Parts: sequence; structure tokens; C-alpha cells
Amino acid sequence: MKDISTLIQKEIMLEWKQRYAFNGLLMYVAATVFICYLAFRQVIDPPAWNALFWIILLFAGVNSVAKSFLQEAPGRQLYYYTLTSPASIILSKIIYNMMLMFVISLVTFLFYSLFIGNPVQSTGMFILGLLLGSAGFSSILTMVSAIASKAGGNASLMAILAFPILIPMLMTVIRFSKNAMDGLDASVNYSFALMLLGLNVLVAALAFLLFPYLWRD
Amino acid sequence: MIEKRRSTVWWKLLAAIFVLYSLVYGLLVDVPRLPILHETIRNLFYHVTMWFTMLVMLLISLVYGIRFLARQSMEDDVIAEESARIGILFGILGLITGSLWAKNTWGAWWVNDAKLNGAAASMLVYFAYLLLRGSMDDEQKRARVSAVYSIFAYVLMLVFIMILPRLTDSLHPGNGGNPGFSTYDLDSKMRTVFYPAVIGWILTGLWILDLRVRTRKIERYLHE
Repeated sequence: MKDISTLIQKEIMLEWKQRYAFNGLLMYVAATVFICYLAFRQVIDPPAWNALFWIILLFAGVNSVAKSFLQEAPGRQLYYYTLTSPASIILSKIIYNMMLMFVISLVTFLFYSLFIGNPVQSTGMFILGLLLGSAGFSSILTMVSAIASKAGGNASLMAILAFPILIPMLMTVIRFSKNAMDGLDASVNYSFALMLLGLNVLVAALAFLLFPYLWRD
Repeated sequence: MIEKRRSTVWWKLLAAIFVLYSLVYGLLVDVPRLPILHETIRNLFYHVTMWFTMLVMLLISLVYGIRFLARQSMEDDVIAEESARIGILFGILGLITGSLWAKNTWGAWWVNDAKLNGAAASMLVYFAYLLLRGSMDDEQKRARVSAVYSIFAYVLMLVFIMILPRLTDSLHPGNGGNPGFSTYDLDSKMRTVFYPAVIGWILTGLWILDLRVRTRKIERYLHE
């Protein structure tokens, strides 16, 4: 437990020291939203608004999480493995990426509502959807990033491996946030929230079980 | 050697007989006359069997992936890879036979349906699996990394197929309140073709797997 919190602190410090990576992500999101604004002007149809939002977030997620294993030098990884267990490494990365994804998704939401408009009726519920979505994206993408880094680590392989297995998460979260947009009663979204939570736990458990087989070379 | 070969031939014979029987008798057997479906109900023998075989082959791939991680034996990896390839082959055949059926009953080659999208997504995952394998040269590493990916992906796909019907309704027979074939098959005539067809095709898949694995062994031997 202590390992994990130390590792998360390490990730945050690393990110703070290399601010260009985080700033780059913000730029990426801002530029994408701006291009969508120029291309679409306004998205009036709520399902289309929702789908476009999550597609922007999907690509931002792949870009932001891809670096979590791809950017670390093999020598340094070896050093971590002598210090701590593989399970705490993957869990700390998942938790850190989840926080990163949540911040990115909030910023995206802000830009997106400024430029393209904000038809969301129940903002609290929508932000809960962002939180659950970030957790799901981060756990799947962190694991895929670990796999892709072992396989030579190019970014396109990461997208190819991640997109098909992200579909269940993406479909559920799109439905969840669509209900939030329509301002439906919270009880409607209860089962979707449970489903997302269950998916998150399942993916984290799989990562916990499988990562120890992955890291040793 | 010859003794050993003779003892394993019966199931291959059974595969050939069952497949031939279902191909021919599937066209001759009396089927219920139903609106819209008409004669396309016979696709049960040709389409559903493909998916069953695919599921068995992919399950074998999963089991041997897990076995590889547990025992680190390269033989398990060869079986995991070859069964995934054969699973993909049967999956593509399932998509083609399903598409033909959909054109004749639903009026389109592809419809936006939970079951169809699930099938397409699973195919994408296994194509990604083969791509991942192709991107690594080191044998041990390739086996380990791809086993991890296949287990991860298989579980998520399973969940996908379970939760997706709850998100959207399905047109597919046997889903979303649509009756499956067992509702129509009152006199069990269709079963007399369907069950042998399933067994026959699964055995055929195993036969191909057997041949592929043996070929790989010979290749390996010649290489060394």
C-alpha cells in the first residue's frame, strides 16, 4: 500500500518536472476541439455531440496513457522491479493515469462546451460519467501500453491493440453520459454505473494477475 | 508408428461423415415453412455451426495461452497461435454465411445489431493478436506477451457479449425476444442435422489444428 502511494508521488513529480508532456496533451485536446468547432460549427444533435466528445477523449486517452510504459527507459524499469512488486507498479500506474485522464477529460469538457455548446442537463451525473470513463480508459490503456512497450513500442500498435477491447467500456460510458445529457433520473443510470464499476474492477484484477508475467525479460 | 496412426483415425472419419451428411441432408430435410424465413432457416446448419466451431477454437487458444504462462512450454504457444488462426477462419466463414442470410431476410448485408457488432469486434481483437505476434521476433517473449494479451482480450470480449444486449435490442434469432430455432423445430427433425453438423465441424477444426501443429513441428525440426 505504501509502495503504491510512493510510486504515485513519483509519477506526479515526474510529470511536474516534464511539464511539456502535460502541456502538450492540453494543446492536443484544445487543438482537436478547435478543429471540430471549425469543421462542425455547432453540434445540435445530442447523440452526435456525445459521440464526438467521447471520440476526442478516446484519442486523447490513447496519447496520454501511451507514454506510461513506452517512455520509460528499460534500465530504469529494471531498477523499479528490484525495489518493489510488479503488482504495485501496475496499480500505481493505473491510479495515476486515472487521475491524469480525469483532469484531461474535465479540460476537454470545458473547451468543448465553450466552443461547441453544452446541452448537458445534469452536469453532476455527466462528471461522474467522466470519472468512471477515465478509470476504465486508464486501466485498459495502461495494461495495453505495457503490452505494446514489450512489442517494440510504437504508438500505432498501441491503438490497434486498445481500440477493439475498449469498445465495451466506450459503449457503456457513452450510454451513461447520454442519459446524463437528457437529464434522466439518477435511478436510470444506476445499473450503468454498476456495470462500469464492475468492468473497472475486472480490468484492474486482470492487470493485477497478468502484469507479473509481462514485466520480466 | 502405423499402429498409433490407426488408433486416431476414427474421429477424422467421423468429422468427414458428419460434415458431408449435414451438407447434403441439410438441403433435403423437411423444415418448417415460415413467413420471411422460408428456406433460409436451413442456414442454421451452415452458419451457427461456424460460430460454435470458432468459439471452441478460441477457447482452446485461451486455455493454451494460460497453460503457456503456467508451464513456459513452446508447444503450448504453437497450439495457442494455430487455434486462434483457425478460429479466425471459422469466424470469417460465419460472417459470410450470416451476411448472406441477413441479405435475404433482413434485406441488408450488415445491420447495426448487438450480436453482429460483437462478432466484428471479436474478429478485430484476434486480428490485433496476430499483428502483435508478428511484431516480435524473440520466441519466448512473443509467446508470453501475446498470451497476456489474448487472456486480457478474451475476458473483455466475453463481458462485451454479455452486457451489449442489455444496452441495445437485437434482431438476431434467439436474442431480444426473437425466437431461436428450437421454437420452430417441433418434430426435432432439424436437430438430427444440426447436432451432427456441430460435432462434425468442431472435429474438422480440431483436425486442421492437428495438421497445422504437426506441420509446425516438422518445420521446426527441419529448421534446427
